[in-house]
Amino acid sequence: MTALTFVILAVAMALFGYRLCAGPSLADRVIGLNGLVLVGMAGIATHAAHTSVGAFLPTLVAVALVGPIGTAMIARFIEGRRR
Amino acid sequence: MIGEFLALVGATLILLSAIGVVRFADPLARLHALAKASTLGVLLVLTGAAVNLRDLNDITSVVLAGLLHLLASPPASNMLSRASYLDAETAAGVIDEHPDPRVRPKE
Repeated sequence: MTALTFVILAVAMALFGYRLCAGPSLADRVIGLNGLVLVGMAGIATHAAHTSVGAFLPTLVAVALVGPIGTAMIARFIEGRRR
Repeated sequence: MIGEFLALVGATLILLSAIGVVRFADPLARLHALAKASTLGVLLVLTGAAVNLRDLNDITSVVLAGLLHLLASPPASNMLSRASYLDAETAAGVIDEHPDPRVRPKE
């Protein structure tokens, strides 16, 4: 079941990566990047639960804070760019 | 067992939102697809991991990451959707039925 979870996450990572490379506007690229951060968080949590090794879980806390902050920063950049 | 099932359901939600992000037409619709997965999908995966883990330190890290993500992710999605709504270049093909007169005057 964990292997199936990783396969699903890999397919989702490929789709988000396509949107990151092909997105016509900057907002689309940020959406793809945000999705990649989500897949990374889910992968770290699933791997830690599978192997019962919690060494990477503080990284999970840092990523959970840094990802939305980066998204909000680029949103402010898009908003201020038009003036 | 139940933790692995929760992680599988969360990963399926993330995959569905990835399909939506690839197939939808404009940034607002893509963000609508992504914002669901970034709250519910990731929280389901983290809940599954917290059920499976045994060490109290690890469980605390997972719960803290879930709480911080639940606090920080929806405002970020809101700011990005607001920015892409205000950006004239990306919102060119979107039909706006209730335009905000403060930011976009009616034609």
